[in-house]
This record gives sequence, C-alpha cells and structure tokens, in this order.
Amino acid sequence: MKAVDAVIVGYGWTGAILAKTLTDHGLSVVALERGPARDTSPDFEFPRIADELKHAVRGDLWQPLVNETVTIRHRAADTALPYRRYGSFVLGNGVGGAGVHWNGQLWRASPEDLRLRSRIEERYGKSFIPKDMTIQDYPVSFEELEPHFDHFEKVCGVSGKAGVLRGAKQAGGNPFEGSRSDEFPTPPLAAVYGAELFARSAAALGHHVFPVPAANSSIAYTNPYGVRMGPCNLCGFCERFGCFLYSKAAPQTTILPILANRPNLEVRTKAYVTKILTDSTGKRATGVVYIDAKGEEIEQPTDLVVLSAFQLHNVRLLLLSKIGQPYHPETGQGVVGKNYAYQMCSETAAYFDEDVQINPFIGAGAAGMRVIDDFNSDHFDHTTHGFVGGASIIAGATGGRPIDQMMLPPGTPRWGQAWKSATRKHYRHSAPVNSLGSVMSYRDSYLSLDPTYKDAHGFPLLRLTFDWHDNEYKMTAFIGQQMDAIVRGMKPAKQATLMMKPGMSYDTRIYQSTHTTGGAIMGSNPADSVINKYSQSWDVSNLFVYGASAFPQNIGYNPTGLLAGLAYYSAAKLRDTYLKNPGSLVDA
Amino acid sequence: MDRRRFLLGTVPVAAAASMASAAAVSGSATPQTTYTPSYFTAAEWTFLKAAIARLIPSDGEGPGGNEAGVPEFIDRQMELPYGHGSYWYLKGPFADDSPPTLGYQLRFTPRDIYRVGIKSVNDECLKELGKAFTDLGAEQQNHVLRGLEAGTFKVAEIPGGAFFDQLLTNTREGYFADPQYGGNRDMVAWRWIGFPGARADFTDWIDQAGKRYPFGPVSISGRSLP
Repeated sequence: MKAVDAVIVGYGWTGAILAKTLTDHGLSVVALERGPARDTSPDFEFPRIADELKHAVRGDLWQPLVNETVTIRHRAADTALPYRRYGSFVLGNGVGGAGVHWNGQLWRASPEDLRLRSRIEERYGKSFIPKDMTIQDYPVSFEELEPHFDHFEKVCGVSGKAGVLRGAKQAGGNPFEGSRSDEFPTPPLAAVYGAELFARSAAALGHHVFPVPAANSSIAYTNPYGVRMGPCNLCGFCERFGCFLYSKAAPQTTILPILANRPNLEVRTKAYVTKILTDSTGKRATGVVYIDAKGEEIEQPTDLVVLSAFQLHNVRLLLLSKIGQPYHPETGQGVVGKNYAYQMCSETAAYFDEDVQINPFIGAGAAGMRVIDDFNSDHFDHTTHGFVGGASIIAGATGGRPIDQMMLPPGTPRWGQAWKSATRKHYRHSAPVNSLGSVMSYRDSYLSLDPTYKDAHGFPLLRLTFDWHDNEYKMTAFIGQQMDAIVRGMKPAKQATLMMKPGMSYDTRIYQSTHTTGGAIMGSNPADSVINKYSQSWDVSNLFVYGASAFPQNIGYNPTGLLAGLAYYSAAKLRDTYLKNPGSLVDA
Repeated sequence: MDRRRFLLGTVPVAAAASMASAAAVSGSATPQTTYTPSYFTAAEWTFLKAAIARLIPSDGEGPGGNEAGVPEFIDRQMELPYGHGSYWYLKGPFADDSPPTLGYQLRFTPRDIYRVGIKSVNDECLKELGKAFTDLGAEQQNHVLRGLEAGTFKVAEIPGGAFFDQLLTNTREGYFADPQYGGNRDMVAWRWIGFPGARADFTDWIDQAGKRYPFGPVSISGRSLP
C-alpha cells in the first residue's frame, strides 16, 4: 500500500474528530473501520429502525461477538471465560462506532474529577484512600479542557441548561459543574412524566434538579461545521438504535457529512486492524496491519497513527503490538492494561397505580430526563461516609421497549397468568430512577491478553480481571438511600431498589453500563501512564491514543463528553505544534 | 402536514395499503393459517406449544402465547443466523463448571438447546412421571417447568435452567416483537399492555406529560390498530 500521512484506527467519535483536524491540515488520511459503512439513510431509516428485537435485543449494530469478544474473570487466580453473549456492556461496530447507538447523555467531568487523588488527599488526608486504590490525577485541568468541551457540545447541538456560566450560578442548571464559557447550544426539552415526578420530589428534599445534558437536539439546529440537525420527538427508539431524525448526535449527524467528499480522506470499512508496526528501535510507528473483507492481510505504511477504537480494543491493540510495558498486578509495574474500571449502577423503581400515566415509550436517550449531581464526584463531604466518588441520579425514559424494559415489581412470577396480568398492570405505570456510579481503579483490576481464547483470525482475546471493591459497595449503599427517599416522595404504590451489595460479584449477564475505562491511561510521567496530556504515547511519539482508555479511574457520568474533550484538546495541539515539528510533546 | 403523517408517508405503498385495510377491519384478527414448522419436528412442535401454553397461558385475561404466534416466531428464529449461533462466541474450550455470573458457557447454539433440551426433558418426564411432557396435566407441566427454572428438575445432556431460560427468553421475544417475525400476531401483546409499537413520534405529547396516551399500536409494516 502507498504510504499516507496518517492512519486512523476506528472510525467512531474520536476517529471522526481527528479525521477532521488532520484533513483540515492537508494530510492524506486513511481511516480503518472494522465494521461496515453506516449512515442515517438507509441504515437508520424509519420505520425499519423501530425494531426492538433486531436492534435492542439481537444487537445488529453491535460488534458481532461470534468473531471477537473478551474474556472475564473476577480475580487473577481464576481462569477467565469468554463473554459469549451480550449482557453487562454492548460494543459498537461500524462507522460511527458506539456513537451511533449511545444515549447522548453528554457530560463534562467535574473539575475535581480531573485531579481526584490530590483533591481527596487535600480534603480528607492521605489515609482516606485505601492502599490498593490506584487513582491518579489527570495531567490536564478542567480549565484547559473547557473550550473543547464547549466546542463539542456545539458540534452535537446539546440541549441543556448551564448551572455555572462564566463564574456565575444560574437557576435551573447544575450548580456543581465547572464554570462554562457559554450556555448550551439548544434549550432542554420538557421533562417526561417520570422525570417530572422525580424532579418535584428531589427539589422538595433540597436537591438541585436540572435537565440531563442531551446530545438530542431540541430544535432545528446548525452546528459550527454547517451540519443541520432536527428536533428530537422523543420517539423511544434512541438507546441501542441509530437516530432516524438527525436529532441524536452521532459522527454521522455532526462531523462525517463535511468529510464525505474530501479527496485527502479514504475510509476503508471491514478493515480489521491486528497490529501497529514499529521500527527496529520500537520508538516509532511505521504503519498498521489489517485484514480486509476478503481475508487478506494488508500493510498500510504511515507517519502518524491515531488509535481511536473502543477503549477495550485500544488496549488490546497496544498489547498485540507490544507497545509499552504490560501491567503486572503483583509488582504494580508496567502500564498497558493498568487501572481498568467500570461503573456501579443501581435502580429504584416506582410502581404507580393505573391512574398515573407514565407512558414509558415516550422518551429519548437523554432528552426529557432530569438528574441531580448533589451526590456525585466530590460535591458533598465524604468525611463520615468512608468512600471516594459518587453517582449521578437520573430519571426519565430511555424508551418503553416491552421485551427488554418491562418493569415488574420484585416477586412477580417470571411467567404464567400472574406474569401476563402484571405486564398490563405495570407497563404504562412504572418509572425508574437510576444511578450511574463512579468506580475507582485498583491494583487488581486490569486488562491483559488471554492465554487461551482467540478471535476468528487466531489472535488472543483481551482479558478483563475485575470485581467490585468495598469503596463502591459503600458508595452505592449511600446513593441507594438518597434514591429511596426521592422515590418515596414520588408517592408510588410500591417501590423497590436493585443494587450491588457486599458479597455480590460482578455479574456479566446483566446490562449495567458500556462505560468501561482505563488500560491506556493518561498521566504525568511514563512510569504511571501510557499517554501524556496530549494523548500521545510515551513510548512511540507518532502514536496517539483516544477514548475512555485514557481515564485513570471512572467517573459518575457518561464518558463521551470527557473523551471527546480530551480528543479536541489533543487535536488542537497536533494542529498547532506537532504537525509543524513532530516529536514528543511532553518531556518524559 | 404533521410529523406523524410525514413519517407515515415514508411507509412503502404496499404497507400503507395494508394499513388502510387493517383500519377497515378495525382490529379484527387476521384469519389464522396453519403454520408448518421448518426446524422443529412434529414431536418438538407439540412440546413447544404445550410449554408456551404454560409460560403465557391462553385462559385468563390477556392473549396467550400460542394465539400470539410465539411458536411460529421461535421456529422462524431457528432458521435465522441467530438460531445457528451466529450472534454468540462459541469457540472452546468449554468450562464444565463456572460461576453463573460469568454467563452462558455451553457449546450449544439456540437450535441445539431446543433439540437437546426438549429430548432431555421428555426423557426425564417419561422416567420420573411416566408420561411425555405433552401428555402431562397443566399442573404437572408447571411443576416440571418450575423445577427446570429452579434447577431442581435435573435432565441429561443440558442444564435444565439453560434450556428453560432459552425457552422463556424466546417466548417473551415472540410475544412482544414486531409482528413481522411471526409472533405478536395482530399486535395482540402490544394492545394488551398499551405499547404503541413503531409509532416513534411523540412530538404532540411532549408537553402533555401525565396524560393517558390514547393511540393504539402501529407495526413496522404500517398496519395501525385503535
């Protein structure tokens, strides 16, 4: 293959962001995407998209596990087993990646999330952090990222309400957020009924309720690239679906339209990258190897590699390419695979009588929802609670999919006449309140290559070694108390909480969150991280790694806003500095 | 033109025509033709219908699984890539004993699960209860299904719970999926719970939170019922 200036591995959100920057600059770019080409038309067209079985149950937009999955074990002494069917998380596939079928809850990190270890040590003392908890500060601050968060929100037409605007608190927004340079580009949608009941109850308890920042545009909108979006109609086919209305931000509805005809960009789909090549010094990437749709192995030489696959795949490719020192849990040495983290979620369900019309099918992935941030991050005093982190607490309807989202009170039989009667009694009259809780990083939670199981081409699968820790059980118990109180105030006929309790292991069968993080983390020196503040590999200076693999520990928010902010921050540095004078951007 | 009309305007002409005729019959059931299973043998088919009659019974209020076409749904799924295991990672080695939290670890495709599971359950019914599952009374059938679910009714060749989970999962899918897959015939299950199906437009309801949504379901084919 003819050499190109840059190769992008994975054409989802961060791949699209970097493709724009690099082609703006005149570089010749090849984007390699393992899945198929996908666009709003024809792939997400109504009415075919409104098919729960095809998209939300079988997962036709997801990565086919038949070819490649991961293996999972709870501790290093166990033998990991394959994640054979979807459960705990769903992986993206194809152009747009998981950015096609995400919910669009677009959060910035809290300023204190980005300097978590320092903040906790300053406020509660060094001994507050358990010995095996390996949390780290980001090497970049909220203030440095803010212009890039702002830009990405404008690219996505995010609907929401500012809580802190240029240092001043605003009524109706999130009072705990970092100061914004600008208001959200589109106004929030009205709350769906479950969210309205939640908002009233939470406000009465003194909490600060605001609209979930939603990459579901609320009005007709033109983004800074001139791409037009349409208003969300709360269709109920959002989470797990592509958007047929050009309302949910996806690479297809925000960035890709302006890249479509660029002569210096070539997108190759069904290109399964297996290795990043380095020269004899191991310090310089020279190209990538991929397997094309015909099964042929192709080598694509380049001067710059953008690794922008999903978090787990980024880490696997680094390990397969033998770039960076793999992490060893016994010694704590090595960095690739270090600090894998997840999220701990819970649900408190409100079951109303049949005169309360929740209409759960009216909803979107993010629009129409309400949330509180009072118990997230370090927004409250943790002194007496004895844990680090917290959760956002959210209410609304991501859809009323009857196969997958039927809410029935605990104790309802799973089948038979009693089940059938309960589906009618509760389907239209139940509302969930959910928590999205942070998970810290630990010495024993990491990613490595599996010694036994292989993908369809014979390459080792990635292995996850992960289980819950006391800190998170305490966090979720505390959050559960807050949720119970809020739901009680919604005055349902019945309520029930589903949450993790000490002794319960990570259960891969139940969907919890696709927000897997870490493994190629960002830090201030090569001894504790894989990439520097500009997402540049410490080991290979012409390799940049994007996505939630950079997070040193997880947050109590959806990750897309943060990972896109980090990508735009890096893209600006590439444009202004690196491309003029390639080399290490931070001295090791 | 409001958004719903606009959206429905994108429905293909044939589908729009069927929608119009459906509106004309105003919810009356489509005449049922006898479905001939493609994957299941005659004995398996009888077993499947009997089990589904217990999982979503036909007596009592609300549509039964058999009336909704769930057996047809499952048979048709068996002929799709799903039935052949194309959605699952099925490479070995296979662990004999693994924590349930690590999920499905059998070597079987959905087709295998039914073939092996139905035979194993029937064999065990004959051995323990002296009759094939189909020949048992409703209460005995419930007893067997509860035992499979709880892991107390042991059968050869496959963990009973894995077979039961497959059967229950596909039964619910067939009950609630779009009718194009053969189940949820005439959108009976959607009408039963009040799900408006593929309407996918609630612009006119955004500012009416808390009011009862009054419209019936629409299928992907464009058929609409009150």
